[in-house]
Amino acid sequence: MNDIQLPPIDYAALLPMLIVFGLACVGILAEAFVPRKHRFAVQATLTLAALIAGLVTVIINRDLEVTTIGGAVTIDGAGLFLQGIILVLGIVAFGLIAERRLERGGAFVANAAHAADSDGDKKQLNEAGATEIFPLTLFAIAGMMLFCVSGDLLTMFVALEVFSLPLYLMCGLARRRRLLSQESALKYFLLGAFASAFFLYGVALIYGYAGSVQLVAIKQSVLDSDKSGVLLAAGLALLAIGLLFKAAAVPFHVWTPDVYQGAPTPITALMAACVKAAAFGGLLRVFNVAFETTSWDWRPVITAVAMATMIVGSILAVTQTDIKRLLAYSSIANAGYLLVGVVSLGGAVGSSMFYLVAYGFSVLAAFGMVTLVRDADGEATHLSRWAGLGKGSPLFSAMFTIIMLGFAGIPLTSGFSSKFALFSSAWDANQSALVIVGVLSSVVLAFPYLKVVVLLWLNPPGDETPTVSVPGYLTRAVVGVGVLATIVLGVAPSWLLDMVNSAGTFLAK
Amino acid sequence: MSLTPYVPLVVLFGLATVFAVFSVTIGPYIGPRRINKAKLEAYECGIEPTPTPPGGSRFPVKFYLTAMLFIIFDIEIVFLYPWAVAFDSLGMFGFVEMLLFIVTVFVAYTYVWRRGGLDWD
Repeated sequence: MNDIQLPPIDYAALLPMLIVFGLACVGILAEAFVPRKHRFAVQATLTLAALIAGLVTVIINRDLEVTTIGGAVTIDGAGLFLQGIILVLGIVAFGLIAERRLERGGAFVANAAHAADSDGDKKQLNEAGATEIFPLTLFAIAGMMLFCVSGDLLTMFVALEVFSLPLYLMCGLARRRRLLSQESALKYFLLGAFASAFFLYGVALIYGYAGSVQLVAIKQSVLDSDKSGVLLAAGLALLAIGLLFKAAAVPFHVWTPDVYQGAPTPITALMAACVKAAAFGGLLRVFNVAFETTSWDWRPVITAVAMATMIVGSILAVTQTDIKRLLAYSSIANAGYLLVGVVSLGGAVGSSMFYLVAYGFSVLAAFGMVTLVRDADGEATHLSRWAGLGKGSPLFSAMFTIIMLGFAGIPLTSGFSSKFALFSSAWDANQSALVIVGVLSSVVLAFPYLKVVVLLWLNPPGDETPTVSVPGYLTRAVVGVGVLATIVLGVAPSWLLDMVNSAGTFLAK
Repeated sequence: MSLTPYVPLVVLFGLATVFAVFSVTIGPYIGPRRINKAKLEAYECGIEPTPTPPGGSRFPVKFYLTAMLFIIFDIEIVFLYPWAVAFDSLGMFGFVEMLLFIVTVFVAYTYVWRRGGLDWD
């Protein structure tokens, strides 16, 4: 009767994810039993503890290379580094999520389902926000961690849903501009569910071709199989659509500006930093492990997508008048640069991960500062309102200038070193056309950033110029860390480059 | 892999397009038109549609919490059945894993219970 072979499970390798998942469950129980008065403190402590414990265990595991639970999870250098990135950026984003000094009760409302401007909705404007946001953040981050180390496509799908579902909900929780926030949650949910369906359909077709959903087995069957490649090509295309949606690549990018604008700014920051890292972690793993040998088939398509993403993202960024939408289009363009890393395969994995770190820190600081420019109605995100902020708030404006120069890729900032590393490894992989488009589009993209800098310093302040709030210590820490990382990774990037290059391989057996 | 595998794909896309265009454009011309009351009603799983005044109206959405709770336990049962069938061969390991799984479902249930999701009014 005992005919089922149980796969060996390496609990040490899974420990970081088990900790974050487990404490997320504890967080839900805390939500149920801890009195309302103490909930915030308990949840914030629990979340921070989970993220730090996860990071510590990832660091302890750093030299591990193992495939466990019957191939469902592959822990390797690149996977662990990506998990580390997600946790570090998650800890920084936690600072923005837990901030309660800027707005009474925090940036979130208690109940997302109230109709906008209804009585219940107006009432909750001044009430304390949902503390469920913390377990949801933990679930999202744990899902992202699993997404980066999935060894088969089904685990990857489950992880995709685990990190997407909390995000859909969190998008709808903004305290101000409720209608916009609910719209963004609904749009993200509908389009995300659609993209998930594409992903699953792709998995099904690939299973039909390879007879397995494991990335390594797919690679092997590509080499061995004499079956027609129809199923493989169609499956790969559908799978890529699902992944490129999360990565916000053109033409699957249309949700990005609306969702980034409507979502509460701390959640936008989490999406721009952590979800980007997770989505590209997944893309890099799928293309490097399972489909490296089929690169003749997908490279032209992904190259075209990368070019379109860089061009459309940077040109539309020029026309934006809202800082959150500007940063959203900039994140689309940055997804294009990261796709250059995906197309370049093996040699560019390290520099793609370096790019994710550099971009993640800068974008967290940028959104952190967006939460500070406020008037009576909450955040003032329209760019015209930012004119002349440099007069009244020189320190804020100087910090924002550094971040903008970083995004623009000025030397001595992380934007320059990361683009340089990424493009040079793409050049080495003979992707010269992509590099040329990349450099040209980053010249275009520098314009909107510099426009903001000019707006801050050279324009006279108007009557309506909002004030820059005095940040609480959490936001202060987030912005400080982000700006510091932007400078340090620009001036002295070599230690991190060494680290990513030694970590930058996926286990393919 | 050469380009030939893509030929069936192109044919499939072509057929799909032709079929979609054909069904949408031809239907109104060749189909019979017999209008009756049932055709204008909302279809609700074969039961009598929820009565609403013409033009739509409000109705309580309390059921959605019940429906969500149902999904939690629905999924639990989906996994419990195969486990129960294979209990002997899965042994202690399967038992512990299943307990862990039920605990996670129970966490969600506890949350709903404590936060008043089970109170009807």
